Amino acid sequence: MRGATHAKWAALATVVALAATACGGGDSGGGGGGADGIVSSSWGDPQNPLEPANTNEVQGGKVLSMIFRGLKEYDPKTGAAKDMLAEKIETTDSTNFTVTVKDGWTFSNGEKVTAKSFVDAWNYAANLKNNQKNAYFFGYIEGYDKVHPDKGEPTAETMSGLKVTGDRTFTIKLTQKFSTFPDTLGYAAFAPLPKAFYDDHAAWLSKPVGNGPYTVESYSKGSQMQLKRWDGYPGTDKAQNGGVTLKVYTDNNTAYTDLTAGNLDLVDDVPASQLKNVSADLGDRYINTPAGIIQTLSFPFYDANWNKPGQEKLRQGLSMAIDRKQITETIFQKTRTPAVDWTSPVLGADGGYKDVCGQFCKYDAAQAKKLVAEGGGIPGGTMKISYNADTGSHKEWVDAVCNSINRALGNNKACVGNPIGTFADYRNQVTQSKMQGPFRAGWQMDYPLIQNFLQPLYYTGASSNDGKYTSPEFDKLVNQANAETDIKKAVGLFQQAEGVLRDDMGAIPLWYQNGSAGYSDRVENVSLNPFSVPVYNQIKVK
Amino acid sequence: MRGPGLRPGHRARLKQEFGLDKPVWQQYLTYMGNVFTGDFGTAFNGQPVTELMANAFPVTIRLTVVAILFEIVIGISLGVVTGLKRGRPVDTTVLLLTLVVLSVPTFVTGLLIQLLLGVKWGWIKPAVSPEATFDELIVPGLVLASVSLAYVTRLTRTSIAENKRADYVRTAVAKGLPRRRVISRHLLRNSLIPVVTFIGADVGALMGGAIATERIFNIHGVGYQLYQGIVRQSTQTVVGFVTVLVLVFLLANLIVDLLYAVLDPRIRYA
Repeated sequence: MRGATHAKWAALATVVALAATACGGGDSGGGGGGADGIVSSSWGDPQNPLEPANTNEVQGGKVLSMIFRGLKEYDPKTGAAKDMLAEKIETTDSTNFTVTVKDGWTFSNGEKVTAKSFVDAWNYAANLKNNQKNAYFFGYIEGYDKVHPDKGEPTAETMSGLKVTGDRTFTIKLTQKFSTFPDTLGYAAFAPLPKAFYDDHAAWLSKPVGNGPYTVESYSKGSQMQLKRWDGYPGTDKAQNGGVTLKVYTDNNTAYTDLTAGNLDLVDDVPASQLKNVSADLGDRYINTPAGIIQTLSFPFYDANWNKPGQEKLRQGLSMAIDRKQITETIFQKTRTPAVDWTSPVLGADGGYKDVCGQFCKYDAAQAKKLVAEGGGIPGGTMKISYNADTGSHKEWVDAVCNSINRALGNNKACVGNPIGTFADYRNQVTQSKMQGPFRAGWQMDYPLIQNFLQPLYYTGASSNDGKYTSPEFDKLVNQANAETDIKKAVGLFQQAEGVLRDDMGAIPLWYQNGSAGYSDRVENVSLNPFSVPVYNQIKVK
Repeated sequence: MRGPGLRPGHRARLKQEFGLDKPVWQQYLTYMGNVFTGDFGTAFNGQPVTELMANAFPVTIRLTVVAILFEIVIGISLGVVTGLKRGRPVDTTVLLLTLVVLSVPTFVTGLLIQLLLGVKWGWIKPAVSPEATFDELIVPGLVLASVSLAYVTRLTRTSIAENKRADYVRTAVAKGLPRRRVISRHLLRNSLIPVVTFIGADVGALMGGAIATERIFNIHGVGYQLYQGIVRQSTQTVVGFVTVLVLVFLLANLIVDLLYAVLDPRIRYA
């Protein structure tokens, strides 16, 4: 039995060692009601460290929207850019801007927000060495190419277009005329940063400090973040609740279940599989409003087969062969709205949202068939719509679009879906111009401006012009619009440019994506802003 | 905003920073060198993989402990009862039940129990908090254990039924030992060998294969991290976790081998 005894001890020791590592725990506090009530909200793990210029997805964006305020702030309802920290932004030539920062603003650690807080933050964001994802936002500022060259090391530390001229004033020089530039400054990437950000970067990342209505109380990466109302917040949009607890859920279905069980106050991503039950479960506590996201079908203009004169009729015909209304109702349960232009309803009529597409975005089988024939028919007889198969259940709507086209044209072989395994692979093929037929494209606005829906996507050589669409007339109108200091006239010129896009049918607008959210009966006054982020500071706890 | 909008300069810089401009063999050697010094690299959100592990493994170990306890306590008890009363109504009932459990996938059981206990009756919270304490893990642990539990029951039952007629059991009975002692000391102990083998292998499977259960009950454990790693194509996370899981498998099997000697006096290690 000697050997056996040894083995016994060894086994016992290993088991004990394993059990010992399994200790730990703690508990989380709940919140009371009223003005100090805490709102609990679903969250996903942010994909990047929480730096303002390195966050380009909605989960990190939620936090930034609570702890930062920039020169401008977008109205949660209308999307209009309004002065927040900016006292005034002046320009005479749409190229040189003078910014005056309001007095009396501080970061939550007491440090004053000055012109330098902005200029230093922007230079940090643009510098290639800091690997910030949103660096390209600063591409319009003079000297950007020196701090963020396409090849090699940066040759300058700061952008020559930014100059601090006083404690609360600084000037911006752009490389081109861009009249609506001040309205882009509400984007999180343009937020001011306190000195602590540079002095002890790691500490700042584990507990970010900003100048918004909330402060970070605690942050355990990958599980939850507790934010508390900052009582010293100088702005007018003070928090109406005591704080917000963001909880990371493994699955949006679980978050939804937790909401229906009354353990969670707010879910801002209602899972598609629950859309059928949502009105039964939540009644009027379900929000479904348009967001600044548009889905389109792009064409490979770099492919000779798809770039023949007269083919605009083919593209227009295809657009008219798609029954947008039916697809948005049956496949998307009305969480998409049929598109009537290339922008988004969140811009509002003043911002440039208008039914530019007209009859070309309406389903008309007979007219579609005629136009496709006049446009020379579908190249090769069959077209394949490419999409990535791994996320977003694109297969269903692509198949529906193809069915709609096939039905309208009376040809079962006119259109088929072409799934590509992963999003990464799909994007690679798209950016390397390897598409041989139409492909799906989605655009989420960076800031609520008509410019942002047109220039990056359809201007010759623009950063996200994946179909390589080019039109001298379109480019000319965009340039004119950017140079126009009168915002109303600028918007009119952008709409004219959109008209060019319609006549060419440079991309087929499909539908606008909605943001959805559900909330518990413990909270009220819940809404989504144009970026589909809940307006946390307005939520009231009963 | 569309997809990863990396500019060429940024791309080149990141390539250099992560060593992606070096030949593959060199990248591999660097990675392996780091792994042996305990550095599994950095996940895409900037957290070191070791930090993710430090958060995820304690949670999953707790979940596994709960699941294994269920397997041992319920599985083996049911196995002994049915094994001793083979062919009786108890036996048939349990057999039928295990058949049902075996044929229903875990995610169905999980969602159903979550809906009934969590939402309809309100006995438990449907989602586990980030701390994931033992009491919160009881229901998820039962769900996770359900299939294995059925296997353990069936294995024990067969093994007991077979050994009941063995010589040493008859000897023990003939010696006049009390029935309790015959069953626990002689019959059960010898019958447990296949069961222990199964449970040992199951430890590894439960730790790595809890993806469905962890997602349903919001448990931030290994399965969740693996899933995130796969979805976000974070190779470091996936390779790191799988490496550790392999070690866990090896360790679990080592324990099983050592336990053989405890259970069966005929097996000895020098």
